[in-house]
Amino acid sequence: MSDIASDRQSYADSVFDTVRWAFWLAAPFVLIAAAWQVASLFFPPFLFPSLIDVFARVWDILTTWSQFSSVLATAMRILGGLAGAFLLGAVLGVAITNSRMADRLLTPTLTFFQGIPALSWVVFAIIWFHGVEFRIIFIMVMTTLPAFTFQVVGALRGMDKDLLEMVMSFRPSRWKFFTAMVLPAVLPEVITAWKVNLGNASRVVVVAELVGSSGGVGYQLLQQQQLFDMAGALAWTLQLVFFVLLFQWILSQFEQFAFRYRSKSERS
Amino acid sequence: MNLAKVDNMLSLDDMRFSAPEGAEVEIAFQNVTKRFGDLVAVDDLSLDIHKGALVALLGKTGCGKSTMFNMISGLMAPTDGRVEVMGHSPFREFDWYRGKMAIVFQSDRLLPWRSAVKNVELGLETLGLSAAERTERALYWLNALGLKGHENDYPHALSGGMRQRVSISRAFATDAPLLLCDEPFSALDEITSRRLRTEFARLVRENNKTAVFITHSIDEAFDIGDRIVVLKRPAEIALDLRMSADVSDVDRERIRDTIHDTLDA
Repeated sequence: MSDIASDRQSYADSVFDTVRWAFWLAAPFVLIAAAWQVASLFFPPFLFPSLIDVFARVWDILTTWSQFSSVLATAMRILGGLAGAFLLGAVLGVAITNSRMADRLLTPTLTFFQGIPALSWVVFAIIWFHGVEFRIIFIMVMTTLPAFTFQVVGALRGMDKDLLEMVMSFRPSRWKFFTAMVLPAVLPEVITAWKVNLGNASRVVVVAELVGSSGGVGYQLLQQQQLFDMAGALAWTLQLVFFVLLFQWILSQFEQFAFRYRSKSERS
Repeated sequence: MNLAKVDNMLSLDDMRFSAPEGAEVEIAFQNVTKRFGDLVAVDDLSLDIHKGALVALLGKTGCGKSTMFNMISGLMAPTDGRVEVMGHSPFREFDWYRGKMAIVFQSDRLLPWRSAVKNVELGLETLGLSAAERTERALYWLNALGLKGHENDYPHALSGGMRQRVSISRAFATDAPLLLCDEPFSALDEITSRRLRTEFARLVRENNKTAVFITHSIDEAFDIGDRIVVLKRPAEIALDLRMSADVSDVDRERIRDTIHDTLDA
């Protein structure tokens, strides 16, 4: 009998914990939304449109292919740019780790690149290239490449030397050494690099599209600015936020699966 | 150092190691010197280890025994002289030893992202065995080392002793004829350490392996070695003793004191 009571109590506790977690997750957004809605009662719609109008526009974008394709185009540009920067960064990272000369040549160059503002890369791309997609991919790669490269270098240099030696003692092939040791060892830092660069890339892509594209979320934002349509500007911004949140969630799910071997402290 | 023979007691000369007639040399150090800058870690060392022997290399910290270990395993090249293992150079012909040499390290060195069974399979993956065969062999050795029921546990969920058992399983699973052990039980408590080294010595003998066991513990060397090579700085042989069945407990106690004095000198 006492077992049943204790089970019920623990079930009630877990439900209470979930509700509390959901409440605190939603609380800041509810607060901002409420403040915005109150402001919309006192200001004209081009400054603070009603949230009902904003969500109607969000729904409109999601359900109209000609508009939703702009969201997809931006999402693909972000992922394509990140993938390109990551692949190039991985190659450069391996070169820097294995060659002193590559380290001496590439590290200062990439550090210099890191100091160039994203907007400058946009201007350079517009002057240098004609193709819209190539321009955007170029801007994405150039702005995220240094961070990816340095993160790969850090991950490779941080590999546990004892484990490297142990794996080497079995005389593995290069491929086996990569799959059994290098890849799992660097994966946590690679995922973190993707998470960090995803936020940066979503900001850069909008600037690139705003100036040098005829489609995508950035281009649509430019249209809303010219029409003084604040509801539209918010709705398009939310599309980008949704995409970033969705991709962050996918990365987190992958992280949970890939790093299930990690121990968890009960206290934490 | 030359103790007189009293009654039935063996003298140090009686216990000095001499190679068995016709024994095949598995590991040979020929006038080997290893320098790190100005530091001489191994100085003109010559030593033969025969096939099927269980040799304990005993010495204090910093005497060069780990340098010897690294040269045998091919992780390091000698500065002068030759190191040969099974007639080949472990440093220059590194890949030749795939499946012929297995190492048990001081710490367990388990890959944290692999379960116990997958850690044991690591060495087998380099040998091109099928997945089913790898798993079967890995499970056999985990079972032999008393880890039934923990096959799918990740290293963080295992105790220090259990993790070291997994690393021993990993070494035995490859069925390599040569086992190298670098103070594998030094980080464990005395009871676990003694139990594991007894099991280890039994498995080495049952499976006809040649094993080189590096240790700084006299007790460990006595528990494991058929032959004990006592090293002084810089990796110079101070004593080379056999530990066969005719060596009585009294002789062992006496020789323990001699080794202690030698290491202390």
